[in-house]
Amino acid sequence: MRKQHLAILTDNKPGVLTHIAGLISRKAINIESLTAGYTEEPRVTRFNIVISIEDDKELKQTISQLAKLIDVIKIVNLDDAPFISYELAMIKVRYDTPQIRDELASIANLFNAKVVDVNLKSLIMRVTGREDHVDALIQVLTPYEILEIARTGTVSLSRGLVPVKSM
Amino acid sequence: MNMTGAQAVLESLKNEGVDVVFGYPGGAILPLYEEFYKSNFKHILTSHEQGAVHAADGYARITGKPGVCVATSGPGICNMVTGIATANMDSIPMVIISGQVPTSLIGRDAFQEADISGITTPITKHNYLVKHATDIPRVMKEAFYIASTGRPGPVLVDIAKDALEATIDYIYPNDVYLPGYTVETTGDAFMIDKAVAALEQSERPVLLIGGGVILSETTAPLMDFIQTTQIPIVTTLMGKGAVPDTLPTHLGMGGMHGSYAANMAISECDLLITVGARFDERLTSKADVFAPHAQIIHFEIDDVEIDKIIDIDLGVKGDLRWSLPRFSQKTKESPCHYDEQFSSWRNHVLELKQTHPFAMVKHDDFISPQEIMETVNKLTPDDTAVVTDVGQHQMWAAQFFDTKLPRHFITSGGLGTMGFGLPAAMGVKVACPNKTVVLFSGDGSILMNCQEFSTLAEHHIAVKVIVLHNDTLGMIVQLQDFFYNQHYSQCRLYKGKNLPMLAESLGVKGYTITKRSELQPILQEAFAYDGPALIDIRVSKDDRVYPTVPGGQPLNHMILGDDAS
Repeated sequence: MRKQHLAILTDNKPGVLTHIAGLISRKAINIESLTAGYTEEPRVTRFNIVISIEDDKELKQTISQLAKLIDVIKIVNLDDAPFISYELAMIKVRYDTPQIRDELASIANLFNAKVVDVNLKSLIMRVTGREDHVDALIQVLTPYEILEIARTGTVSLSRGLVPVKSM
Repeated sequence: MNMTGAQAVLESLKNEGVDVVFGYPGGAILPLYEEFYKSNFKHILTSHEQGAVHAADGYARITGKPGVCVATSGPGICNMVTGIATANMDSIPMVIISGQVPTSLIGRDAFQEADISGITTPITKHNYLVKHATDIPRVMKEAFYIASTGRPGPVLVDIAKDALEATIDYIYPNDVYLPGYTVETTGDAFMIDKAVAALEQSERPVLLIGGGVILSETTAPLMDFIQTTQIPIVTTLMGKGAVPDTLPTHLGMGGMHGSYAANMAISECDLLITVGARFDERLTSKADVFAPHAQIIHFEIDDVEIDKIIDIDLGVKGDLRWSLPRFSQKTKESPCHYDEQFSSWRNHVLELKQTHPFAMVKHDDFISPQEIMETVNKLTPDDTAVVTDVGQHQMWAAQFFDTKLPRHFITSGGLGTMGFGLPAAMGVKVACPNKTVVLFSGDGSILMNCQEFSTLAEHHIAVKVIVLHNDTLGMIVQLQDFFYNQHYSQCRLYKGKNLPMLAESLGVKGYTITKRSELQPILQEAFAYDGPALIDIRVSKDDRVYPTVPGGQPLNHMILGDDAS
């Protein structure tokens, strides 16, 4: 199994997510993460999807099936060229003493994460980075009591001048 | 021009050149029925929504134009689901219009509400839920465009009742703006050169013709290619009729119930030129040993199909209307003498055809399906449209009836929908009132949509329905016979049923044939009768469709049957 990062430009219309997600589930494609958001063009939505695939044949099928959807304007496999990819995570951790709180704050510091909320018994740290960076922070926090985690999933952009829409 | 959403739907239909719709009214779609009434638009009221959707499908298959059907929200459109899936599997252009509950009630479990755009997403080429009347002209334009271009397919337009009632300024767009839908007609011409080069190197080629040739109406360039090369031909079930079954190098249908020669040719060939087919499992059987010695070339419009089931050596992507004329022309320009180059191979496969024809045993007390097909063949004109249901009779029709024209063998190939036949034949006859339309059905299939006999009677739609009646689900019996130790579970049908009486009760003339001597005269009488007719023919429940390739076996492992000569 290997991960592939797909960028999909679609019409900004209701039902598009259903069409994409439905196709992914029908074709039994393993989805690792999916994000969607507005783009520089108001009529266009960008999905960043990370899928796990067995081989090139499965990848080709997935891409051509998705490309066939009428709402899908463009689909690009970002792994074909250098690209940058990041995700954002918020992690809520419980603590009982000020010492532990300080430990957590210094861990956050080491990971370039920011403590964005502090309560008497818990804090939230926000981290941005590559997926493995976020994983590493979570790993370091496991001895503490993690109450909840929210991750955005990976967003990616290809390096260089050419945007996905012109690829 | 100011008009209601419902009027806009009707005007859009007229703009698209639609001359008939098949449908069934109900609450949410009544605004549109009001417009049908006012403008006296041609509408065929079926007895069930499933009848309407298959009728639109039949209309599309014979004409190539999108078939149109109409239903109300909830149960109405849900009854069309099977028919939409049927059309989708066979890439049939269709526009399905359904009423939806008013926007204020959508999502609130209103009376007769169903999320039909959600339900049909996997079985349509595209679908729409229209909540604003102003969207109607654009959506209708797009629906017809998407349904009929590229690889065709059904498009559903679900319109909220209040959108049908609202007033808009109607302007029908001339163009569509669909950035996500590009109809790529041309491909890479170099691939065609490579295909020609492969043919030049080949000693044992086979041409495998799929339904794509019929959909794209590319019989002419393909015939040209066949003439030049004298290549042995195999068709899929959906490709039947793309070229005349009577061509001398035609080996018949391939696959699970394909001819011995066709399956052996696929198994032995060194080059398989596949045109507009999708390698259904009923064709390939065990896919990884399909055409094991062959380089496989695939001419195909839909990128998804290339490498989907079979690893393709050379994919020629593009519309057949672009690729086939070029391929045919380039073949002609080649210095090769294909006729000679392939002659020993051709002689070999034609000998297989000669020695292993489709053949059935002649019973003393029963008429054999083969005799029925051959007699109908003889009694009907060359441009007869044959429609089938699903089961043994379907395979016998495919094996024994000589189809001479594209679009004239109409069958539910992909989905295999029992009950498809009667309403589809109705759609065919409505589209072509002067054509002889024969439906072959079985006593299992015919009962699935027999309510449509009344529609034939009401509209005087003179379909000739031939039922091969054996009081069993024959294909099921056959499978249970081969693979389930003769455990005939739930495959016996009620023996006392009187199908001619059923037909008569719904206004269709009924005939019964029990003896061989009656076959020709009664068929002649039924064909001469000016109106719809059912001809009930008793056949043996012990007849089997041969050859049979058991599931998961290579194509050349055929059960030929003791009966086959």
